[in-house]
Amino acid sequence: MCSRFRDSVILSAVLALSLAACQREERNFQGLPSGSAVANPKVREVELVPGGNVPADSRPGPYEENAYAVSQGKTLYNQYNCSGCHFQGGGGIGPPLMDADWIYGSRPANIYETIAEGRPNGMPSFGRKIVPDQIWQITAYVRSMSGLLRKDVAPGRTDDMQVRPQEQSAQKAKPVQSAIPKSAEIP
Amino acid sequence: MISAADSGPDDGQWIMPARNYASTRYSSLSQITVQNVQQLQLAWTFSTGVTRGHEAAPLVVGSTMYVVTPFPNLLYALDLTQPGAPLKWTYKPDPSLASQGVACCDLVNRGASYYDGKIYYNTLDAHTVAVDAKTGKEVWKTKVGEITRGETVTMAPLVVKGKVLVGNSGGEFGVRGWLTALDAKTGKLAWRAYHTGPDKDVLIDSRFKPFYSQDQGKDLGVTTWPGDAWKIGGGGSWGWISYDPELNLIYYGTSNPGPWNPDVRPGDNKWTAGIFARDPANGEAVWAYQWSPHDLFDHDGINEQILLDLPIKGQTRKVLIRPERNGYIYVLDRTSGEVLSADPYGYITTSRGVDLQTGRLIEIAEKTPVTGKVVRGICPAAPGMKDWQPSSYSPRTGWLYIPHQNLCQDVETGEANYIEGTPYVAATVKMYAGPGGNRGVVTAWDPVARKAAWQVKEKFPVWSGTVVTAGDVVFYGTMEGWFKALDARSGKPLWQFKTGSGIIGQPVVYRGPDGKEYVAVLSGVGGWAGAVVAGGLDVRDSSAALGFVNAMKDLPQVTTKGGMLYVFALP
Repeated sequence: MCSRFRDSVILSAVLALSLAACQREERNFQGLPSGSAVANPKVREVELVPGGNVPADSRPGPYEENAYAVSQGKTLYNQYNCSGCHFQGGGGIGPPLMDADWIYGSRPANIYETIAEGRPNGMPSFGRKIVPDQIWQITAYVRSMSGLLRKDVAPGRTDDMQVRPQEQSAQKAKPVQSAIPKSAEIP
Repeated sequence: MISAADSGPDDGQWIMPARNYASTRYSSLSQITVQNVQQLQLAWTFSTGVTRGHEAAPLVVGSTMYVVTPFPNLLYALDLTQPGAPLKWTYKPDPSLASQGVACCDLVNRGASYYDGKIYYNTLDAHTVAVDAKTGKEVWKTKVGEITRGETVTMAPLVVKGKVLVGNSGGEFGVRGWLTALDAKTGKLAWRAYHTGPDKDVLIDSRFKPFYSQDQGKDLGVTTWPGDAWKIGGGGSWGWISYDPELNLIYYGTSNPGPWNPDVRPGDNKWTAGIFARDPANGEAVWAYQWSPHDLFDHDGINEQILLDLPIKGQTRKVLIRPERNGYIYVLDRTSGEVLSADPYGYITTSRGVDLQTGRLIEIAEKTPVTGKVVRGICPAAPGMKDWQPSSYSPRTGWLYIPHQNLCQDVETGEANYIEGTPYVAATVKMYAGPGGNRGVVTAWDPVARKAAWQVKEKFPVWSGTVVTAGDVVFYGTMEGWFKALDARSGKPLWQFKTGSGIIGQPVVYRGPDGKEYVAVLSGVGGWAGAVVAGGLDVRDSSAALGFVNAMKDLPQVTTKGGMLYVFALP
């Protein structure tokens, strides 16, 4: 908390900004308690809900506004070999992550589940390898690749050979629901 | 001349991808000639219903054509006796969907082989199947690898003396490479030869007589690696196998070591990026040689080897010709493994040649990748001067027709984390066109004079195979989708036809039941080079698809996905 501004009426606007800035820089050393709601999001991948349309879990992920966690997510994305299949967002073995197309949903809860549980057309299930806190960090980073996070939260530099524009300068891509990979359409 | 290793006079069939055990891809049919090829026209087509990269060669056995598709690896039988070649049956092996996640470079399959009434081929999820060629019924199906360890199978098997020879892919996933022989009748394992590890696993015993001293010694598949790195060291076998019936030896190459970052695997990394000669009966190694010991650039050694008897310095020698990924055309004595010559067939910055005394590639130190450093101007790039796409050889001209690429790259190698079932590469790559700007080349190579006879440049890598006929016509396809005919003697373009998608398949030539000569090719862009289209990749990331996307950013503007067989004939 940046409490030194608390008594200032004049700086109330600054306070709001500063709170955002504080969350941007916040370090969470405890990690997320596993088994908590945030570690077990309710996900839904379709719009058709017989019996009444209850909105899907649209809660933001815990690190959507935390630049430190997104930066950690970027490191983990490479260390857990996510980059081995999706590269720096352009895809290869797995689909691109920097474009607007989402096969299994673009919401944080969807991405979390994709990483944790895997998907039938080749996405491995990392839930037994990566702890929930780190999956949320990777989730936030993945969303930054197509500009879904605030620009001041998305990574602004890379320490390695430049292969793509910085996440920070990614144009926000309006998520589009994509079909299953063509290869999975068995004739 | 074609050696005794050739499978005999041309009967108009095409029963294995390279047409014969010598792997010449030469058809002695001569109805289609340099004079009349301009009249070639479409005879019929067949849609495979699959839109990933189509690398396979169609087979023609009797009056039936067999087509294997990319994943999900369907096998179609087409009746050549009927107008339009209607479908006779379809065999579906139902490979695991998850296998798509451990295939490095699109979901390709390089084709089937016919032997003793059965069609043999491999599925992406590491199974080998035998299918009754008449009925389409599965005779047996054998699991040969574990996708959970990153093993897939994309190569076309070769069947030799009742043994189905199969090798694994997965050099980008830290697999341990092998070649396996299955009994053609039962599918039971006959033998397996690993390409890393102790001699007993590599099937190295008393018959093993490598030509060079660096390849002599005990358990080199262990001692040329740090610690246990050989257990996840790559060296698969996803390319081509040739067979010499007189010497009774099979020849095939091994893939890159893993990971790509060479710093984490000091040593020669035997027996990766090399070649073996083995006895097909029991797999015993007779000799071995490494094209690229301690490979620095993903220069797999799995390309085709063409077996010829050639006059060299006044003597007829039994040779094996290998247009290798590292940029040299090697001529080896196939009885001993001695390198007789190694000549560059394109632009090379990574090495100065091959030392014929020691057999070693002479590398250039400043192009060696160093962890954390960006090394630029590496030529040839990771896919090499030539990748899997097979050459052909005409005994009429005495020349090889080599489809290949002209690519360079920048690379930064990094930290390597082995997580079973995920990529084990540790290199970020950016490829681009080599000098001249053309990314593809077809080279006619004279192996006796040891120089190019002519070259034809293409905008994109020539990722299709070639075939050459007794009519002196060379056929190949481009990634834009053109199917082309060249004059085998001059390289002059004679004819072309625009197919629906980019071509990366292996053209074949056959005689139909009506006695006419036909040329067939699969059109359907993809493979490593075409993954940008087949996988719908995003060109803003230069490192996508192991860095190949940077060199192919304009491909999506000129072609789209497809999966269609095209068959051509004279009117």
